[in-house]
Amino acid sequence: MRNILLVIRREYLVRVKKKSFLIMTLLAPVLFVGFYATVIWVAIESVDTKTVQVLDESGLFSKEFKDTETLKFIYIDSSIDSAKTGFKKSDANALVYIPGDIIRDPKGVRIYAEKNVSMDLKSQIEKVIEKQIEDIKLSEAGITHKILEDSRVNVSSETISLSEEGEKTSSSGAATVIGGICAFLIYMSVFIYGTQVMRGITEEKTSRIVEVIISSVKPFQLMLGKIIGVALVGLTQFVLWILLSTALTSAASAVLSSKMPENPAQMAQEMQSIQKGMPAQGMPGGNVENPVAEVLGAVNSLNIPLIVGCFLFYYLGGYLLYSALFGAIGAAVDNDADTQQFMLPITLPIIFSFVFAQLVLRDPDGTLAFWTSIIPFTSPIIMMVRIPFGVPAWEIALSMALLVLGFMGTTWLAARIYRVGILMYGKKVTYKELAKWIFYK
Amino acid sequence: MNIIEVRNVTKEYANHVALDNVSLSIPKGCIFGLLGPNGAGKTSLIRIINQITGPDKGEILFDGRHLDQSHISRIGYLPEERGLYKKMKVGEQLLYLAQLKGLSQKQAMEKLKSWFVKFDIKTWWDKSVSDLSKGMQQKVQFVSTVLHEPDLIILDEPFSGFDPINANLIRDEILELKKKGSTIIFSTHRMETVEELCDNIALIHKAKKVLDGPKLLIKEQFKTHTYFVEYRGNLDDLGQLYELGQEKNLENDYKRINIHLAKHVSPNELLFGLLQRVEIRSFGENIPSMSDIFMRSVNEVPES
Repeated sequence: MRNILLVIRREYLVRVKKKSFLIMTLLAPVLFVGFYATVIWVAIESVDTKTVQVLDESGLFSKEFKDTETLKFIYIDSSIDSAKTGFKKSDANALVYIPGDIIRDPKGVRIYAEKNVSMDLKSQIEKVIEKQIEDIKLSEAGITHKILEDSRVNVSSETISLSEEGEKTSSSGAATVIGGICAFLIYMSVFIYGTQVMRGITEEKTSRIVEVIISSVKPFQLMLGKIIGVALVGLTQFVLWILLSTALTSAASAVLSSKMPENPAQMAQEMQSIQKGMPAQGMPGGNVENPVAEVLGAVNSLNIPLIVGCFLFYYLGGYLLYSALFGAIGAAVDNDADTQQFMLPITLPIIFSFVFAQLVLRDPDGTLAFWTSIIPFTSPIIMMVRIPFGVPAWEIALSMALLVLGFMGTTWLAARIYRVGILMYGKKVTYKELAKWIFYK
Repeated sequence: MNIIEVRNVTKEYANHVALDNVSLSIPKGCIFGLLGPNGAGKTSLIRIINQITGPDKGEILFDGRHLDQSHISRIGYLPEERGLYKKMKVGEQLLYLAQLKGLSQKQAMEKLKSWFVKFDIKTWWDKSVSDLSKGMQQKVQFVSTVLHEPDLIILDEPFSGFDPINANLIRDEILELKKKGSTIIFSTHRMETVEELCDNIALIHKAKKVLDGPKLLIKEQFKTHTYFVEYRGNLDDLGQLYELGQEKNLENDYKRINIHLAKHVSPNELLFGLLQRVEIRSFGENIPSMSDIFMRSVNEVPES
């Protein structure tokens, strides 16, 4: 036990003291937060109030264009030609011309602007006009204003997840983002730290230090010490990342929020639709962008302690499962170049999980999602995709239990290969040979 | 009292037998030469004593007790294939290895200091191992082998890679350790080392022990009752009892010849005969060298 601790300490310190570790730890959150801060900053900066002149010859729209935070409508009353000249002199951004026979010829609407008008503005104006024309046509057909008012429903959906604890407002957009990030982090860390274990073992083998070490420590202790040491390096990095990111984010949002308009609730919907990959549907009545508030609001609706806890568990579980296998490869070969032939069967399930993750993000409760989040080889990545969306407790428990069994299995397997492999020099190993080692007494 | 007793040890690998029913004992406080051609099974035996692998059959006694984990800290092992963590600093590395052998950090630190002074390598403490030359690395590794003052030190080809000056330094250290009571096992096929240092030897060939015992006794066994003489004159009529070897001409008309004596003839009788015939410059018994013994033992074992 003392020895295994010594091994863990060495493996941990050697890696943490490296310059590359320090750089990665400091740089990653700075880059990450910097990237998002830039995106948000650009979004805020681009939001400024635009003035739109409206020349309404039909007289039907005198009250329909309502000012919003970003749009200001000014009605003018003149001929179209003088309006155009006036527009050029004014600092208005656009001029909307609605001809007198708009009811019969809805295509007569013109929007003049110095530069191209945005799709957003165009669709907003079209919507208002369409709605008004519809109203008029409907009332011409005998439907009264009263009936119209009654029949008009404003549907704004809220996604609610039903669970035993009752109803919770969920944010599928935030869940998608969080699930995706978690899956990606686990995918990356299994690769990065798994190969670190493999390299470490090959290094010990090729430098021949292993013979000295295992004359003091049992091979299994050495392997386990290395795996745990590297796992702690990974954990340290994650914890530092979380702390640094939190600190940086709050610093960044403190700076940014001073520039930010209010109305976070509206913003939430806006952000969600952006996350779903759809263009924001601009509605008259006004909405304002406040990305930070939205993200915070959406994130708060998720079960953060559960996600963090599960993330750490699945990071550890997935890492232990795969690093043992990576370790076995490291022990079986003589140098890094020879690892390639054995890497494929191990990397395939990791890559597959990551591909499946994209599918599961779209359908987090499907059959594929269920099975891949139960099977230990894919569960660390897939389950993390599903957890932000809410997963029944028994599924999590089953998946966790199987993952524990899974890594115990791979560790056992790896130990069998390891103890023979580390003392085997100068021999090209085949799969057949590996199988023999496993059953070697 | 034997520090190591190997009893009927057999070790088989997938497609060959590494040790076939080997028994031998290593007395406390001696320098023990474990000899044998490449691939004879020496490393397998050493790994079993180090508990890196276990025997398939048979057992090992350490200091009279069944070999177990508690003996690890009493053994120091320098493998033939030397190796250290390349990117680790010399001092940290030695501390780590010493702690694995059961020393506390403080003890290890104290012992290391005296070794660094002794070998005059104080400036190496913060150097990375990869910055040291091969010979320097060997020195570091030697320190790591003996730092915890083990009762049993196993050295696999300890002098390979050392220049003559450092080889001497290491040799003196080995003798010093012996004086302090440690037992040393040499695994080597350099006969001059064996000749010079070993008290006892064992010879392993093709997984079997061919020979073992105190070096002088073995030499006695391998004597052929042959004497050499350097002389001036004519020896042609020495008689039936003496079988003369090939004559070799030396400077100033001196010649050297080996004479094999018949069973019951004493060297005194030979000398008497010689005195009557020739002028003698030097006379003595041919003691077989370890190299001769090695070659003869290995060649006697039939090819299997």
